[in-house]
Order: sequence, then structure tokens, then C-alpha cells
Amino acid sequence: MSATLVLILRRLGSAAVTLLLVSMVVFAISSLLPGDAASETLGQSATPEAVAALRAQLGLNEPAHLRYLHWLAGLVTGDPGRSMANNLPVREIIAGRLPKSLLLAGLTAAVAVPVALAIGIFSAMYRGSRLDRALNVMTLSMVAAPEFLVATVAVLVFAVKLRWLPSLTLAPEHPTLGELLRAYALPVMTLCFVIIAQMARMTRAAVIDQLTQPYVEMAALKGVRPARVALIHALPNAIGPIVNAVALSLSYLLGGAIIVETIFNYPGIASLMVDAVTSRDMPLLQACAMIFCTAYLLLVLVADVCAILANPRLRHP
Amino acid sequence: MADLVQVRGLSVTACDDAGATAAIVKDVSFSVAKGEVLALIGESGSGKTTIALALMGYVRSGCRIAGGEVVVDGVDLAQLPEDRRLALRGCKIAYIAQSAAAAFNPSKTIMDQVVEPALIHRLMGRADAEAKAVELFQALGLPAPERIGRRYPHQVSGGQLQRLMAAMALITDPALVILDEPTTALDVTTQIEVLRVFKKVVRERGATAVYVSHDLAVVAQMADQIVVLNRGEVREAGRTDQILHAPADPYTQTLMAAARPAPRVQAAPAPAAAAPLLEIRGLSAGYGRRDAAGRPASLVLADIDLRIERGATLGVIGESGSGKSTLARVVAGLLAPAAGEVLFDGQPLPPGLAGRSAEQFRRIQIVFQNADTALNPAHRVSRILGRPLELYHGLKGAARERRIAELLDLIRLPAALAGRRAGELSGGQKQRINLARALAADPDLILCDEVTSALDTVVAAAILDLLAELRRELGVSFMFISHDISTVRSICDDVAVLYAGRLVEAGARAAFAAPPFHPYTHLLVSSVPEMRRGWLEAAAVAQPPPRVGPLAEGAALCSFLARCPVRIDGLCNVQPPTRRIGAGHEDLCHRSTEDLRRLQQAAGRSAAP
Repeated sequence: MSATLVLILRRLGSAAVTLLLVSMVVFAISSLLPGDAASETLGQSATPEAVAALRAQLGLNEPAHLRYLHWLAGLVTGDPGRSMANNLPVREIIAGRLPKSLLLAGLTAAVAVPVALAIGIFSAMYRGSRLDRALNVMTLSMVAAPEFLVATVAVLVFAVKLRWLPSLTLAPEHPTLGELLRAYALPVMTLCFVIIAQMARMTRAAVIDQLTQPYVEMAALKGVRPARVALIHALPNAIGPIVNAVALSLSYLLGGAIIVETIFNYPGIASLMVDAVTSRDMPLLQACAMIFCTAYLLLVLVADVCAILANPRLRHP
Repeated sequence: MADLVQVRGLSVTACDDAGATAAIVKDVSFSVAKGEVLALIGESGSGKTTIALALMGYVRSGCRIAGGEVVVDGVDLAQLPEDRRLALRGCKIAYIAQSAAAAFNPSKTIMDQVVEPALIHRLMGRADAEAKAVELFQALGLPAPERIGRRYPHQVSGGQLQRLMAAMALITDPALVILDEPTTALDVTTQIEVLRVFKKVVRERGATAVYVSHDLAVVAQMADQIVVLNRGEVREAGRTDQILHAPADPYTQTLMAAARPAPRVQAAPAPAAAAPLLEIRGLSAGYGRRDAAGRPASLVLADIDLRIERGATLGVIGESGSGKSTLARVVAGLLAPAAGEVLFDGQPLPPGLAGRSAEQFRRIQIVFQNADTALNPAHRVSRILGRPLELYHGLKGAARERRIAELLDLIRLPAALAGRRAGELSGGQKQRINLARALAADPDLILCDEVTSALDTVVAAAILDLLAELRRELGVSFMFISHDISTVRSICDDVAVLYAGRLVEAGARAAFAAPPFHPYTHLLVSSVPEMRRGWLEAAAVAQPPPRVGPLAEGAALCSFLARCPVRIDGLCNVQPPTRRIGAGHEDLCHRSTEDLRRLQQAAGRSAAP
């Protein structure tokens, strides 16, 4: 068990180092963007003197490595600075948006992961059959249809024609479960369209890989029924690749939800970042980028730890 | 009729993706009386496993039973609906697969898997099933029967897994047990133990068995009846004695001939003129992180001294894990030694690949065990052989084509094969191409790592003939690594025996024909099944080693001490073994030559018919 612990700790350490490298890259790239907050704030008619004065006030004249260290220290202590566009603390702006994004991502994951696993396992069990081919075509066309099309058609059908669901996602202050589901049905459905296919296909491949192993034939020769073979024998050995596919798909839900957020006018963090780019609001932009990267690393880390724990050779050396 | 199994006119066809069908089992009939053991024997592709699986009403995907009856205990499995077949599988008919390492689920405990048949067929409760499993573990001679079930498959050895699989099969007290090459993946020394317990347990429980194998000598120990198969058809069927002593069918005769390796070495090589071609001095090697003294974390080879004369063949034998392949890797430069040196043609070889010259690469070639993985299946034969020709000899265009044709002729394959892809060739053809790829470099030394182990007996015999011919024609030296002492004795001039990374015995082939042997060599020699009935019962049962006192700390004790049946208390456990040097023959043992000869001849007499 201690060897596993060492492995997991090492994995955590490398995640921390990766995050540090990512912060450098984020900082470097955002300083490469043309224009800066001073000229952006003052507009085109500003005198060079005024821009220079604002630059000094905002600390933009300091050398890059000092600005990086200040910023990093701020990030670590939970204060990523003030927004340059509206002078509010970045933390407050994000605190208003991040929970909404997490709620949308969480609801989507709660629907998409079980559906994708079920599709993947079913099509693996009946691989080559009509059911498998039908599921295959379905998932492929889901991933091929662009999100804006899916979202628009869904709004047209469910909101405009049938009038079952709202076309804008406005979460009430203290919603009941029913209200919540009604409000989120359309964006969750649209996001599911994007991520289910990937997870289902990876699950199918991972389970099929196990189903062709000799121990599966052995289980069949012991008289084990096909469903039990797939769920009890094959699935535990396929957990590693499956959790990795799930992690990669879920990481899309924070940063990649921009189209869904825009169409349903949902105040999430992806649209916040796009706003930050257009207004050259560097502190906000950097903080958003770091959140996306952290979420991504966290998901991959959880997936890796799951894969390590699922491996009997590592659990029982 | 007391026949438990009756197979009549069984045909199985395979259907490929394009929809073309091919018969893989054609009109096979046989029957097995209750309590008897029937052997299905044949090479790969003979349909023996397909027939064995059909006895459970099971066919692999893409195949189907096209006709005939498979009647087991009055029920025709070919006609039965799938859910009734499921109820019989693992309950009334049990299966023991070839590779236990692959047939156990890596992520479940052994006990979970062993009791599973009893539980899913609702034969008994979990507690009863576990108690029965422990009882079976005991009967199968497994260590710590109460606790072994809590382990995972990767935590026990291959021979133990094979016996655990037998427990899994027998837990439901099946009427019919199917054993599919159950000892093929094991070392000879383990095979003899496993065969013995299998035979005992099957007899004791009054089970009827179908034993699938390619090895006639093993079958001779196990079977009452033999069915010889070739390309899905029965060539000959009869009682074991008849097939062994009076085979009627020419194919059976070929099989018999291939199973008895004939000496292939005509004359000893010309006496060494100058320095030996390869000389290994005090070699140690291993894997993992090195400590301050340069010793790797896991030392695989220790203190090896060997030499190969020009044009001679050295056989290296030992069981799995003895360090045979590591030796080849060190000589080839794939692994840098931890200590000692390798001299090639009198010149020290640089330890790793980086330091070696193109000429050194050319002169030492390696042929890997598995041609399936050593050759890129998508490459054409001309490309596989052309690459070393271009690299080492700068041959291009017509000259290269000519040389490829010559090489193919050398390995007795038609020149037309040059245009085929490696993936389209048969196992034996691939191994020949693998060999030709090494020959293309015009090497002085070829390292052959278990080149015949993955092949059928008949194909392997042809490859050995080819090697012997190449030696005669080209004067190449070989290091021939094998786990099979009879193969080594048939082709090599000198033999070296490795045990746990140490050289325990080395000498000329003649020294390995009769005792005295090193005790480990003796165990190897006496574990090779002989093609006569009753050998298994008569073969000297591995005696439990005599008791010895505590082991001396720090001394380089005999590596075989833990298993040695003739160890001596107060000597073997305290002093490093002595190396005796006779005429071209040396071994590491405390026992005197006379002592060993006397003990081993006595053992040989008691095993003789």
C-alpha cells in the first residue's frame, strides 16, 4: 500500500509543478496580447501622457518577472488582483460566475456519464450487432452536429414550438428541483450531445479490449452469463482508460461551454473569459485561464489516481 | 454404452469478415468411456482446441458448429439452446486453459474466481464452496491452502496458477474435464509436478478427461486413448500403446520422429586456432537502479564465465528467470554489464549499444523468440531482408535483389516469397525470415533466443535442421538459448546450464549424455517426459531436500541450495561450492563426481521400465 501512496504523492507533486509551468505560460501569453489595459481603458483619443500615467498607476511599467511574482503570490493567497475594466476585485467577479458554471457542469456530468457508460458497455457487449451499429451512428452524428445547431434546433422545438421549456436559462434564487431541471434541461442536453459520444466510444473500446482477453473466454466457459462477464469481469479491468476518457470529456464543460452560455444567455465562466479578452482585462483573463487549467489538471489527476487504485498489481504488490 | 462423450461427424466452420467460410474441423468422430482420458493431439491449426471447446457447446466468435453431434452424458450440445449450455459449462463440463496467467482475471482474488462456478450454478453456499476450494488446494499440493485464495493472480507462480485453475475446474465435481495444453507454458521441472497432481486428482475424483496437447511424450503419460488430428481431420485414433509403438498413419510417424530429437551435429568444429570468438569473463548484470558499487537493484546474472569457439555452437539452458535472455542481451549490447567483460575475437566489446562500431553490430546478430513480434507484419520480406543488406553492405538495386534471393534459398524458402508481407506468412516461415534477417548481415555470431519454443514440434525440428545446415555451410557460431535440454543436446557442441543467474555446469555435449550431472542438471534431464507409458509414475519423485542448518551469512552459497535433493548439512549451507574442472567439463557442487554418478545412476535405474 505504501508503494501506491508514494506513486500517488509523486503524481500530486508533478501536478503541482505542471500548474506552476502553466501559470508562467498563461502570464507570458497574456503579455503578448496586443494593446494593454491602460490604452484600452482610456480609448483612442487619450494623450500619451495620460496612458503613461495610468500605466504607472497600474504597475504595468515594472519588469515582467516582478509582475509575475506579484501575480503568483496574489493567486496563491486567493487574491488575483483587480479587474482593469471595472475595478472590481477579480475574486468577486469570479465568485459570481464559477458556481453557476460548476452547477451546469455538474448537472451535465450527472446525466452524461451514466448514459455514456451504458451506451459504451452495451455496444461492447453486442459488438458487431445492429444495436452496436445503431448506437455507433447515433453517437457519431451527435458529435458531428455543431453545438450552435443543436442548441438552436432544441430552442426552436422545445421552447418556441412546444413551449415546454424556457429558451433562456435563468436560475431562480432558491429553486425547487423541478424548477432547476426545467431551467437547465436545454443547455444540459446540448452539452451532453458534445461529450457523450467521446466517452461512450472510449468505454466501448476499453471494454472490448478486455472482452477479447483469455480470462473472459475462461469466464464464459465457467458458465458465467454475458452480462455478468461484462460487468463483473471485464469492467473492473477497463476502469483505467474509462476514467481517463471521462476526465478529458468533463474538462470541456467549464471552458468549452461558451457557445451554450451565449445561446442560453447563461452567466458562466467561459463567457466571462471571452469578455476579459475583448476588454484586455489581463488579471481577469489570467485568473480564468488558471481556473480552467486547474480544473483540467484536477480531473486528470483524479483519473490517474483512480487508474492507479484500480490496478491490482499496484494495490497488492 | 458406458461412453460419456460421443462426438459424431462434428464439423466447425469459420467465417471471415468477407463472408467466406472455411472448414476448420471436418467430420470428426470419437468417443470417451466414463473414467477414461482421451488425448487430442496435433499441431497448431489442427483444430484440437476448437474440438475441445465444441465439447462445451462453445465456439469462438466467427465460428459455428456446421454439423454433427456432440453428446455429453446423453445431451447433444450442438443442438442445445444457449441458456442450457451455459448451465452445463463450468458445472458438468469444466475447462482448464493453456495459460493460467492469462485465464485468471487480474483484478479479482483467486478465491473469488475459484468458487465462482459453484456459486453461479447455485451448487453450494459461499462458505461451503470456500471450504471445498481449500480442500482442493490441499489435494493439488498448493502451499498455504488456507491463505492462497486471498491472493491475486500476479502474486503466485505460473505452476501454482495452473493448479489453482484445476481447483476452479474441479470445484463443481464435473463429469468431464477438458485440459487444453495445461502444461505447455510451464518449465519442465514444474510440468512434471503439475502433471502428477492432475493425474492423481482426475483419477481420484473419477472424472472423465479430454487432454489436448501437441506433446506426444506428455500425452503418453496422461491418456488411455489418442486421437491424432491434422488440419481439422482425424488421421489416426487408437489406444495409447498402439499409437506410440505402432503408428499406422504417416503423419503420426512424422510427429513421433520430430518429438525425438536426433543429434544434428556431425563433427566437432575444427580445433580453435587462436582466441575464441566470444569470451565472457566474470560477467554480472541486472536491472534497476545501480547502487554506489555499481550493483543493479535486481541482479540477474552473477559471475558468468563462458567461451564460444569459432564455428561452434554453445547451448545455454535454464528455466524461466534463470537469466538466459539477459545473457543474450548483454552480448548483443542491449544491456550494459554491471561487472566483468565480454571479449569478441579477442577485443573487449563496449558495454552498451552506443560504444559499438557498425562492424561490431554486423558481426553479432540476435534472433528473437517470437517472430510474430520481431518482424513488422506490414513490411514485405524484401524490405525486411533488404534493410540490413543496405545498412551493412551498401547493397542496392539488382545486387540487393540477388542477395535476397540467395538468402531465401539459404533458408529453403521460394524466392517468390520476397514480395509477401510478414503478416501473411506461417509461423515457421516467419521464423526462417527472422533468421535470414540475421544472416543478411553476414555475422560471425548469431544469438538465438528460444527460436523454436513458439513453434510446433515438426516445424521446430525443421528449423533445427536448418540451423545445423547453416553451421556447416557458413561456419557461423551460435549461442543457442533454450529451456529444452533435449533440443540443446541435439544441436550444440557445448552446453552451459544456468540456475538463478549462476552458471552451475558447463562442458562439452558428450558430458551431458550420462551422469554425473550437477544436481540441477540432473533434475532438468530427468524431468523431460519420455515417450513411454508409466514414465510419470516411475520418474524419480522430486525428493524434499534434506534438512540443513541455518545458512551462513555473506558467503556466496550454492544458488541451487534451496531445491537441491542431495545437499549436505554443514557443507552446502556454510561454504561456497567448489568449481571442479575436468576435461572440458566443470560444475559448481560440493558433491564429488563419483558421488553424483552413483546417486544419479541409482535414480536412473529405479525409473527405468
